[in-house]
Amino acid sequence: MKPAPFKYARPDSVDEALALLQAGGDEAKVLAGGQSFVPLLNLRMASVESIVDLNRLDDLAYIKRDNDTLRIGAMTRHRQIEVSDEIRAAQPLLCRAAAEVGHLAIRNRGTIGGSLVHADPAAEWPLVAAVLDAQCVLRSQDNSRTIAAREFFLAPLMTAIEPNEILCEVRFPVAPVGAVWGFQELCRRPGDFAIVAIACQLTLDDGGTCSTASLAVGGAHSTPLHVAEVEPIISGSQGEAAVMTAAAEKAAAAVDPSGDVHGSADYRRRMVKVLTQRALKEAWAQKRKRALQ
Amino acid sequence: MAETQFAESQTIRVRVNGQEYEREVPVRRLLADFIRHDLGLTATHLGCEHGVCGACTIIMDGESVRSCLLFAVQADGAELQTLEGLADGDDMHPLQQAFWDNHALQCGFCTSGFLMSAVDLLDKHPRPSEEEIRHGLSGNLCRCTGYANIIKAVQAVAEQSQS
Repeated sequence: MKPAPFKYARPDSVDEALALLQAGGDEAKVLAGGQSFVPLLNLRMASVESIVDLNRLDDLAYIKRDNDTLRIGAMTRHRQIEVSDEIRAAQPLLCRAAAEVGHLAIRNRGTIGGSLVHADPAAEWPLVAAVLDAQCVLRSQDNSRTIAAREFFLAPLMTAIEPNEILCEVRFPVAPVGAVWGFQELCRRPGDFAIVAIACQLTLDDGGTCSTASLAVGGAHSTPLHVAEVEPIISGSQGEAAVMTAAAEKAAAAVDPSGDVHGSADYRRRMVKVLTQRALKEAWAQKRKRALQ
Repeated sequence: MAETQFAESQTIRVRVNGQEYEREVPVRRLLADFIRHDLGLTATHLGCEHGVCGACTIIMDGESVRSCLLFAVQADGAELQTLEGLADGDDMHPLQQAFWDNHALQCGFCTSGFLMSAVDLLDKHPRPSEEEIRHGLSGNLCRCTGYANIIKAVQAVAEQSQS
């Protein structure tokens, strides 16, 4: 099996990559880790005139912390994030999500930027980017702009990126003091795409009362969905069962899932409710665990 | 700095199992096909050819990768290890010996992929729990064994290295 013919270039700098992309026009595509794009080419579900390979751009593979912001280069591999001590200290939810991406050989190769731009609504990075309000830094030959992840995803496999742009960096806020999180993913086998996944981050005071809350749903909507409506329900609470149920019902009402062979729309909606309750419980349990230490 | 251009074929140099190769390849040639057809190293198997089955797993620059999801041109300058590079002459690699001892293969089609994934797994987790082994090998499909003996074989090697 082989992809339809294409032309290929492997630039050594971001500027060169942007120039090649500009020259290639609408028919040029960027190759990051290739763990989703190359299967599409192999199966000839996609064909392209030319490919700009970013894999030699070491200046796009980095993890840096600037005060309260984690800056992750778009070509950073899932595995590098999974095992990064710096990220584990600053925003451990990212390590947790990275560990759920595909399998070891896929995590060795696949990149956070590639996953975000591929925009599979069931993938881990779009979900985590939405829940943590990440910012995406896009560059074209003569422009640079930053767009919120919550505005970046438009539809399944569609984002706000222009054909001449490259996603260069993703910025995540460092977890604030008192932050706890939950991450729940339902899939048939480890490494599969989620049928439904929920991620949340809460800020709790010393007594366990929630001051801020963010929750997002993956796999049950056309894009990863940040459910802003749950924040007023959870804020001010101490994670009482009734609060979690009300929040879970709000999340289930907010999604518009489609059904497929892995689960009907109705099943997905029910699972949003179940997993939202579990994710919130997981977050409060982290608080109790820390209190015991 | 020379300006990078789009090309339809390219000359690449790779080191596979310690041996240097230089070949001109069309840019669309998959690394798996390059290894099998251009280099004649047929221990690397191709099952699904779209990154699901894990049969084509090799080690590139020290890490397991799916060779059906890479183009040969992307491996230019890389150090590759395939199953052919695992044994030391006639002496089987400990993982190969453990697969033999534990009856961890039946038809054998998936075996080279499992072995290469297990190499990377044990490299990253020298003392894996059974669960870590199951997770580490979850990207490889076997339709014969039911996996139990494959897990046992990898456990056996992990235990050897501890004693």
